Amino acid sequence: MAASSATSESGRQSLWYRIFYDKETRSTAIQVLTLTLLFAFFFYIIRNAVINLEAIGKGYSFKFLWEPSNYDINQTLIEYDSRSPHWRATIVGILNTLLVAVTGIIIATVVGFIMGVLRLSHNWLINKVVYVYIEYVRNVPVLLHILMVHGVIVNTLPLPRNAISIDDTFFLTNRGFYTPKPLFEPAMWAVFIAFVVGIVFSIWFNHYAKKVQDATGKIYPVIWISLAAIILFPILVYFVVGSPMSFEMAELRGFNFKGGLVLRPEYLALTLALALYTAAFIAEIVRAGIQAISHGQTEASYALGIKPNRTMRLVIIPQALRVIIPPLSSQYLNLTKNSSLAIAIGYMDIVATIGGISLNQTGREMECMTIVLALYLSFSLMISAFMNWYNKKMKLVER
Amino acid sequence: MKLFKTLAVSAAVAMAATSGTASAGTLEDVKARGELNCIVTTGVAGFAAPNDAGRWEGFDVDFCRATAAAVLGDADKVKFVPTTGKTRFTALNAGEGDILYRNTTITMSRDADLKLTFLGVNYYDGQGFLVPKALGVTSAKQLDGASVCIQTGTTTELNLADYFRANGMSYEPVTIETNEEGQVNYLAGRCDVYTTDASGLAATRSSFDNPNAHVILPEIISKEPLGPAVRQGDDAWADTARWVLNVLIEAEELGITAGNVKGLASNGSNNPAINRITGVEGSYGEMIGLDKDWAVRAISAVGNYGEIFERNIGVNTPLGLARGLNAQWTEGGILYAAPAR
Repeated sequence: MAASSATSESGRQSLWYRIFYDKETRSTAIQVLTLTLLFAFFFYIIRNAVINLEAIGKGYSFKFLWEPSNYDINQTLIEYDSRSPHWRATIVGILNTLLVAVTGIIIATVVGFIMGVLRLSHNWLINKVVYVYIEYVRNVPVLLHILMVHGVIVNTLPLPRNAISIDDTFFLTNRGFYTPKPLFEPAMWAVFIAFVVGIVFSIWFNHYAKKVQDATGKIYPVIWISLAAIILFPILVYFVVGSPMSFEMAELRGFNFKGGLVLRPEYLALTLALALYTAAFIAEIVRAGIQAISHGQTEASYALGIKPNRTMRLVIIPQALRVIIPPLSSQYLNLTKNSSLAIAIGYMDIVATIGGISLNQTGREMECMTIVLALYLSFSLMISAFMNWYNKKMKLVER
Repeated sequence: MKLFKTLAVSAAVAMAATSGTASAGTLEDVKARGELNCIVTTGVAGFAAPNDAGRWEGFDVDFCRATAAAVLGDADKVKFVPTTGKTRFTALNAGEGDILYRNTTITMSRDADLKLTFLGVNYYDGQGFLVPKALGVTSAKQLDGASVCIQTGTTTELNLADYFRANGMSYEPVTIETNEEGQVNYLAGRCDVYTTDASGLAATRSSFDNPNAHVILPEIISKEPLGPAVRQGDDAWADTARWVLNVLIEAEELGITAGNVKGLASNGSNNPAINRITGVEGSYGEMIGLDKDWAVRAISAVGNYGEIFERNIGVNTPLGLARGLNAQWTEGGILYAAPAR
């Protein structure tokens, strides 16, 4: 020991010296310190949770997921009742969240792109109307939009017995918007096959038309032919096999409408509010993306004799997309995560089912919150992964 | 290798630096803090709601104040922690409150699985249905296909599912978070029926502009013994809080009121049962970690059970609830407190 103490003494001195004056040692020391604090933080909170759970005699187990949930849910995309287990309630919640996220993203994208382009309109009135809309929507918290849309639907639309009826087929009430529900007969598979064939054909035709254009310069009306293949062809098949589809009408029975498809006020409020809110941000992103492309590009394109709509579609938009896609991804993520505000109006999403009622009725806070966190994290990562792939695909290919 | 070393060193230092502290009993915590944290509702008229001046009032609130008076000597040293049906147990277990007085139904799973200790019953209730008179419904059996507003995280949610299932009826559950939200949705016609404990329905109806346009259906579909709860594992605190509740109920039985309790304490009584409560006889306060005047303070602050009932939810209040099951066992009810002896 005595022999080594001299060397360790000088070693320690030089270590302190190095920490202050040697760049590499200093940076290592800072990293160790940072990581130490990080570990300490996680260790502290996890230890705390374990000790507290132990103190009140609670374990950490997911067994409860297989017990009956004992509660009912109004909007279920899969079969579910109060005897179903908690994991099934979780799936109902997941599907309800995804339904809002997917329909919300589609509406937000379409409305956002249209408004973004209109915002650049030379028509003063259109330009200003869109401007006022965007500024109003962006600067009011989304929760208020959700509550307002829900309040308007519930308070202004009539009760089911006084429903606004459109041709006795569609009904508007404060309990939801009722439409006929399509019922498929076995022969319907022919129509679905025709639909898939139409898609495959149009993909092939797209490639073929490009090749012909590259070789000869001849341009086919690709869009019209594709549309005909995807829409008209299945419709034709539908009539050939003898219209194998009927509709179940919604009708008033007792307190409520029975049958048909229903879009409930909670779903409508959440989806519309989130979509229109996000659309305002997307509009600004689209406007910024288009304005980021120098006007010289348009002029050069015109000088080459390319028509204005082709200029937009083939020259401006592809370049603008590179600027648009990254911030667009984060808007999609925001919309998906904001869907958890469903709780304010009682829409039964993940937070309301597994993170709400199941949590409360079983008292499994840690387990339920773990599930909810993991689900939102995986949704976000999936959206990110898709948008990164799309971004890479749209990137400028440099020589 | 270098990364691994860095990680290992960091983790070791972190472990060495972190250590926990054991917490004292709740009773000591409350005394040291000088304030009782009482978990109540976000607002149910008559049971727990802030009045126009922002002071909390109600049936459950008075039990909180009685507990504070017994433990701390001042009925105003209470901090009220408003919670929804969903957040109440998490709030209690996380230590945000010392005691839960929040129209909470005693059930086996809450007692055993949610790790609560229930202290007794302060209101015997049952789940009922509130409907607009205009609907012409006279029985819950006619509610097939109705939209029903329910508060999430409550036993009523589960009773409702069971009741409709057992009677072969369908319904649309409209899940809401708080009583106010339920009221708004019900009055807007989003749901045909509002369901919760009958006492809660009476409270909700009393706050409508036109209470007479709504009826509570005759069916009571469940047993809802409502009572206070504390965290499991602190028996000393559970005892203290339980006997405050019991003594308020027994005080009514023995005729001890807010008005006469101080006189009974200083002059004594011929009835030993009264003397035990007023601290003239025995050392019952010490058994639960308090002094001999604990019950006198509690009763003089808010009165006995009957006085609390009549002041907040009785027949002369907007809620107009009759004693019913909540009368003393000597008067035809099932209120039967264990004796303080």
